[in-house]
Amino acid sequence: MAHELPGGNKLLQDYKFGFVTDIAADAIPLGLNEDIVRLISAKKGEPGWMTDWRLAAYRHWLTLREPHWARADYPPIDYQASRYYSAPRQRAGKPGEMDPELAKTFERLGVPVHERGALAGVAVDAVFDSVSVATTQRERLKQQGIIFCSMSEAIREHGDLVRQYLGSVVPPTDNFFAALNSAVFTDGSFCFIPRGVRCPIELSTYFRINAISTGQFERTLIVAEPESFVSYIEGCTAPARDENQLHAAIVELVALEGAQIKYATVQNWFAGDAGGKGGIYNFVTKRGHCRGARSRISWTQVEVGAAITWKYPSVILEGADSVGEFYSVAFTHDRMQADTGTKMIHIGPRTRSTIVSKGISTGHSANTYRGMVKILPKAAHARNHTQCDSMLIGSQCSANTFPLIEARNATAITEHEATTSRISEEQLFYLRSRGLDEEAATALIVHGFCKEVLKELPMEFAVEAVKLLELKLEHSVG
Amino acid sequence: MSADVEFELRDLRVKNGAKQILQGVDLTLRRGETHALMGPNGSGKSTLANVIMGHPDYEVTGGDILFHGQSLLGLAPEERAKLGVFLAFQYPVAVPGVSVARFLKAAVEAVRGKSSGGAGGFLKGVREQMKFLEITEAFLDRGLNEGFSGGEKKRLEILQMLLLKPALGVLDETDSGLDIDALRIVAAGVNRLRGPDLTLLVITHYERLLKLIEPDHLHVLMNGRIAFSGGPDAVKQLELHGYDWIRDQVGAEVV
Ligand SMILES: Nc1ncnc2c1ncn2[C@@H]1O[C@H](COP(=O)(O)OP(=O)(O)OP(=O)(O)O)[C@@H](O)[C@H]1O
Ligand SMILES: [Mg+2]
Repeated sequence: MAHELPGGNKLLQDYKFGFVTDIAADAIPLGLNEDIVRLISAKKGEPGWMTDWRLAAYRHWLTLREPHWARADYPPIDYQASRYYSAPRQRAGKPGEMDPELAKTFERLGVPVHERGALAGVAVDAVFDSVSVATTQRERLKQQGIIFCSMSEAIREHGDLVRQYLGSVVPPTDNFFAALNSAVFTDGSFCFIPRGVRCPIELSTYFRINAISTGQFERTLIVAEPESFVSYIEGCTAPARDENQLHAAIVELVALEGAQIKYATVQNWFAGDAGGKGGIYNFVTKRGHCRGARSRISWTQVEVGAAITWKYPSVILEGADSVGEFYSVAFTHDRMQADTGTKMIHIGPRTRSTIVSKGISTGHSANTYRGMVKILPKAAHARNHTQCDSMLIGSQCSANTFPLIEARNATAITEHEATTSRISEEQLFYLRSRGLDEEAATALIVHGFCKEVLKELPMEFAVEAVKLLELKLEHSVG
Repeated sequence: MSADVEFELRDLRVKNGAKQILQGVDLTLRRGETHALMGPNGSGKSTLANVIMGHPDYEVTGGDILFHGQSLLGLAPEERAKLGVFLAFQYPVAVPGVSVARFLKAAVEAVRGKSSGGAGGFLKGVREQMKFLEITEAFLDRGLNEGFSGGEKKRLEILQMLLLKPALGVLDETDSGLDIDALRIVAAGVNRLRGPDLTLLVITHYERLLKLIEPDHLHVLMNGRIAFSGGPDAVKQLELHGYDWIRDQVGAEVV
């Protein structure tokens, strides 16, 4: 039986998202088999094609083995000990209103889930364990033909669209965790931006794990029709427990001709305690497909949580002149292990990609950048620029970079720069001589180090990300 | 001139690694005085400046540093800064990605507390001092000392001093790297703060700076000790004869 971790430790006090919401849940039994897959599909009232899709994925998953090539040590996961569906039982209130307990939870997390209190600039889909519990600003978006709803609803209401695009970027057979997700995914967000529409507000999904021994398997699909634009933000947190909970998500982005998708994540899953007990296993497959000419997909991620992160947001650059970008800050502390990076697959001519990765390791943590730039024969004049910097704070942590470049077209240009540095004593002394204490000086140096990535985040989100980084640093330094 | 002792080094001995760099330095600065410190390359001037500010690499093996009669030893650099000690570095380091504006605000808030005028009032003050030092506003958005020329770095050091308004300023070769005009501007910047509330230790190799920031006393550091202390006129002898003049004065003892 898992427990909440005692709150005596500074890190846990700082992780102010580590609380548990006391709410009754509709949970299915532990374990995984075909009946469980059918049960999940039934709970969501899905059409037959979806159930069959899931079952096919499940059967494929059975033939796969858990990958262990990443720089992360953990014991094999017992998939039968996990629960694959748990939905909060919302007390009936006014239609369209959230259970007050849930509303309170999201309020505490700083997520605007009320229509009336909603920030004008952002629409929110709030996912609590296995289900989406609210999606705001839908009417406003609908006026422009934008669909923004939970994945469950999309499967029911927009079946044709979902069927057309689901799994078209990350097929169920892609990898072990993708197959698992395809079989048991419970919710997530669906966004559809019609031709020529510039989405007027930020779309965002907030993922919250609450229930014990439950994995979260969400799935997000964003389709941007020709010449459209959308900026999307994802956030996530979980209670502080001594068990490891699995989060295996899939995000698929499709950008058609001239469309642009900006996808930003601030990942703050519970990272475990100082000794490495507990924390989320964050095993995620994120991939974008620049399907049309001149399309553009950018991933920006600030990874500050999770016990283990295994995540490589990638872009398939198929359309001519399409552009892929990956901006990443990965901060690890205590016993965290992060193995993250990207893949840029250049298929079309004159495709361009930019990779900027900033890894910061503290404590006993391990921080790995793993990247692949692949230039296929038809990608004439493709270009990639990779900048990969690691900063080490303290002497017990480690940083690794595994950049792989494979160029099969002689006209392609790839550039790769990498640095590894310790936080400089001279910089610290300079800032301290100006009155900043060691923590503040370190935070400023780290902030400067990450600046190229942080400036890619939407303004308010960047402010949050900086605060979060500072908080994490505070407990890691000194 | 007031007779209060503002700052005092007593038989200060300092090691860096295995090397004993300062071998017993005595200096007394009274409130509002300006002292010049000269000495050959490698004699320990920057070491002295860094130790005053609390650089963690240097080990104080003996003696004391007293500011208003209170020992600074054992205080962190930031605590010294908050007491009013300021060091204009000989080689200011770059902190990439941290904008000058952000840094100045953090420094001023740390040392002087949040300004009552808010962000607007703060920037107004900064702009005024920048104008005086002829630093263009574009510098506010640049990374701290990132790609700055030698002279630009030195101007920024003095800008910081003007904003932090220290009680004790240690200028480590602020004149090196400055062109003729910049030297005048920077000296005028320093003189702006001069008065009974600022005690200065000016480290330099050249008379030209001391013509612009006139000292009350002159000291020469050689081989980790003060080999000469005298009036400001001694600088002329030094310019004429070099440090041999001191060696002749004090004999073989320090050579
Ligand atoms: N880490 C170190 N290890 C060994 N010797 C050191 C170290 N740091 C400084 N020194 C030596 O200490 C001596 C004093 O250096 P310092 O920088 O204080 O001289 P300075 O008087 O400021 O010289 P300059 O006029 O060239 O600026 C020099 O010989 C220098 O090489
Ligand atoms: Mg020096």
